[in-house]
Amino acid sequence: MISVRDAHKFYGNVRALGGVSFDVERGSVFGVVGPDGAGKTTLLRMIVGVLSPSSGTVDARVGGDGSDSKRRIGYVAGRFSLYEDLSILENLALFSRLYGMDAARAASRSRELLELTGLLPFGDRLAGRLSGGMKQKLAIAAAVLHEPELLVLDEPGTGVDPVSRRDIWSVLYRLNRGGVTIVVSTPYMDEAELCTRLVFLHKGRVLESGTPDEICDRFPHRILRVRTDVPETRRRLADFPSLSVSSFGRTVRVVVDGADADALPRLREHLARAGIAADVDAVRPTLEDVFVLAAESGRDVA
Amino acid sequence: MKDAEAAVSTVGLTRDFGSFRAVDGVNLDIPRGAIFGFLGPNGSGKTTTIRMLCGLLRPSSGSGRVVGCDIAREGEAIRRRIGYMSQKFSLYDDLTVAENLTFYAGMYGLANAKRRERVDAMIALADLRGRERTLTGALAGGVRQRLALACAIVHEPEMIFLDEPTSGVDPAARRRFWETIADLADGGATIMASTHFMDEAEHCTSLGLMYAGKMLISGSPDALKRELTVAAGKIWQARVPDSIGFLDRIRAFVSGGILDAYIFGASVRVLACGARLPADVAGAAAWEEREPTLEDVFVHHVRSSAGMEGQRCDA
Amino acid sequence: MRRLRALIVKEFIQMRRDPLTLAMLMLIPIVQLILFGFAINTDVKHLPTVVFDQSMGQESREFIQSLSATQYFDIRGYAASYDAIRRAIERGDGVVGIVFGPDFARRLARRDGAAIQVIVDASDPMSASSAIAAAEMIGLRKSAAVVAEATGTGMSPVYDVRLRPWYNRDFRTPYYMVPGILGVILTMTMMMITSMAIVRERERGTLEQLLVTPMRPWELMVGKIAPYLGVGYAQLTIGLLVGRAVFRIPMRGSLALLYLLTLLFIFSTLMWGILISTVSKTQMQAMILSIFGFLPSILLSGFMFPRMGMPTVFRYLSMALPLTWFQIITRGILLKGVGLESLALPVIALCVLIAVFLGVSLFKFHRTLD
Repeated sequence: MISVRDAHKFYGNVRALGGVSFDVERGSVFGVVGPDGAGKTTLLRMIVGVLSPSSGTVDARVGGDGSDSKRRIGYVAGRFSLYEDLSILENLALFSRLYGMDAARAASRSRELLELTGLLPFGDRLAGRLSGGMKQKLAIAAAVLHEPELLVLDEPGTGVDPVSRRDIWSVLYRLNRGGVTIVVSTPYMDEAELCTRLVFLHKGRVLESGTPDEICDRFPHRILRVRTDVPETRRRLADFPSLSVSSFGRTVRVVVDGADADALPRLREHLARAGIAADVDAVRPTLEDVFVLAAESGRDVA
Repeated sequence: MKDAEAAVSTVGLTRDFGSFRAVDGVNLDIPRGAIFGFLGPNGSGKTTTIRMLCGLLRPSSGSGRVVGCDIAREGEAIRRRIGYMSQKFSLYDDLTVAENLTFYAGMYGLANAKRRERVDAMIALADLRGRERTLTGALAGGVRQRLALACAIVHEPEMIFLDEPTSGVDPAARRRFWETIADLADGGATIMASTHFMDEAEHCTSLGLMYAGKMLISGSPDALKRELTVAAGKIWQARVPDSIGFLDRIRAFVSGGILDAYIFGASVRVLACGARLPADVAGAAAWEEREPTLEDVFVHHVRSSAGMEGQRCDA
Repeated sequence: MRRLRALIVKEFIQMRRDPLTLAMLMLIPIVQLILFGFAINTDVKHLPTVVFDQSMGQESREFIQSLSATQYFDIRGYAASYDAIRRAIERGDGVVGIVFGPDFARRLARRDGAAIQVIVDASDPMSASSAIAAAEMIGLRKSAAVVAEATGTGMSPVYDVRLRPWYNRDFRTPYYMVPGILGVILTMTMMMITSMAIVRERERGTLEQLLVTPMRPWELMVGKIAPYLGVGYAQLTIGLLVGRAVFRIPMRGSLALLYLLTLLFIFSTLMWGILISTVSKTQMQAMILSIFGFLPSILLSGFMFPRMGMPTVFRYLSMALPLTWFQIITRGILLKGVGLESLALPVIALCVLIAVFLGVSLFKFHRTLD
């Protein structure tokens, strides 16, 4: 549905995107994952069609002939961009008119979406008086009023409480099940896990792409988790041959080469010799592990 | 016996802005040497709480002690002994790396020799050797963050407050940042860091979950997860073809015992009462038990505190 | 003292990092002085004048010549009717219309009040009053000459008014403007710069960081002010040099005294800026507040309009403006050459203003973000 080919974008001398290529298939929940400044917003704006690439192509084939593609795309910007001094219903009515919907259709569609987002009881509340999560849901409702095929969201989960975030994702999955392709950006690794496919964007380049499982499976190293109450464990592991040792509160993660089959028993032994009582097990790498490795190995190239 | 005292302790700490209660009766008890993670969404009162502890805001009611000093009366003594890094990485963009550090060292009244020594140590800590004369405005987000931390701790504070220290920083830089924090804690400092990244909480030795101005729950990450298992139940995950339809069926037909059910990528997850899944659910898919995430813990507590239905297990 | 030193050093570095602003600050006195000094002249000459001469005689022509000889009137043309004059003034082709009646020559011969009507466009009072004064003067002089000739008493008038304009014998506007502009420039730049100072740190978030250090409010304020005392003195010096070189401004009194008293003035405007910065939440607010203080300074301080002519309320109000007192000091020292003994009141007033601004700033500055 979307194909991005070697897209570059420069703002003056600053490179926001440096050659990005990927495809988004119809019906997916596609994640554009990366830290602030990675180029996520630039990429989404190109997909929506409000920004054009400096070179390369970004092509969103929606609406068959593609002549009126804007009508077939819904966009939720990173900043809340509805009218805070209008109520929920007034905002939806305004946008339905902007989309040129007839009144009866607009009313039934608004009701349907308010029900889906759980905002139905708050129809008369001013948008400015909604919580962050509710605003986000309202923005989504406004963006899909006209039943687009593609919904693009710029960091819908940022700064939202976990309960609302879960609600928002549930709304997205439901829209997706109704046939809407979703493209969503996020800086959170735990949100990345929720996507069917994703690209990792870092400094304007794609570091990894695939399904979350594929990406984790490709991770070439093993991660050994040490759980202990001894505070200096991480430092005492400095002389253990490993790729990296990092601490997470009272646990320490040791990254070892994937081919190193007997690393686990050796680590247990090492800890025992150091007199550290600890639980050691091998854990599946997280998307964050993959990202950190990819970002660090690519740091000097980028 | 000042040193035996907790690094931070508060009783009923409350702050109102007009009719809005930003922080509502927060009780904290952070032992020395801890890395305390202060979790919660934007607007839940984390920043306000930290500002009260740093003496930047006066509590409306309640009391607190930081490094053994009363926050209402001994602000001066507290200021000398704490470091604070605000959300915005408050650095002077038109000063160089070394000038920023020297400036803050001067603000804490470090004498010349000591000042040079500490500025040098902080340049090493922030990994900015060779970039001392770079203008701060030209630094990337992750580097700015390390410099901001260095400026906040140039006077070797025993207590360090970090307000969203990792917002806008990439995961690799975040991980590196937490390494530094772990080193500081090993060196004897106490750290209190707020974050809205749930996964960052794993770097902390203890946690407090803040929601709508209230401290919902606190404890070590493992304890919080164990507590969820004890008080509520286990997390189960299964891969199903039509996850939404599946969830709707579960919600419609299951009599009880499911506290939470949500889609997790290509799978669904449920939080079920007790040690086993209800029989009708257990047979519907190939379930595997999963360790609860802190988000599971958080969501459960937010929902139960809001008195939402179906959040209790009536054995 | 270490903290204060750190703050001052920081401000100096920041000032140095922004050479454009610094250069502007140094250019402002030169540009402003030249603009104001050359462009503004309260003694309006060369007013376009239209004449409707119904008498068409030797006498009226002679009078017109006398008028244009004063340089106040530029005869632009002759009108054939009152209406033509009206139209000329409405179009702006003329500011003054001179009308001689048909019987002008006859009445003059009879010495029977030969009427000359001087119509002026008083929508611009400054031009109008110049024209009126000049026309009246010509009328009086010519009358006196006629009378003297007739009575054979020579030129000695009965009332001998001898004018002795002190300090500025030639009524040269720049003499009066330039010392005033010095104060205006200092008010504008000093107040605007410091009004931004604290609020900028507030907006950038660095103030929050400073507030968690053991810093005291007065240290922050003094740190902000110190570098700009230097800037203020540099502006004063540039202004005086330009005034001297371009406009030949007299410097009759002690320059040392001027520099000493300027310290009080600069300090007071800087403190005023700090006060604005302390109460403002955003840089926009600070900017508007400082314009709010700057306009009355120009209008009420006596820089443009004499304070004596103001209603009492405004005269009292003007006493709260540092610029008012600085005008008295600069004009006093430069033009009149007076010493400290004549400037006691401005000195005391400036000290009071400094105390008030400082006091309110310290009172308003919170060590918290409340």
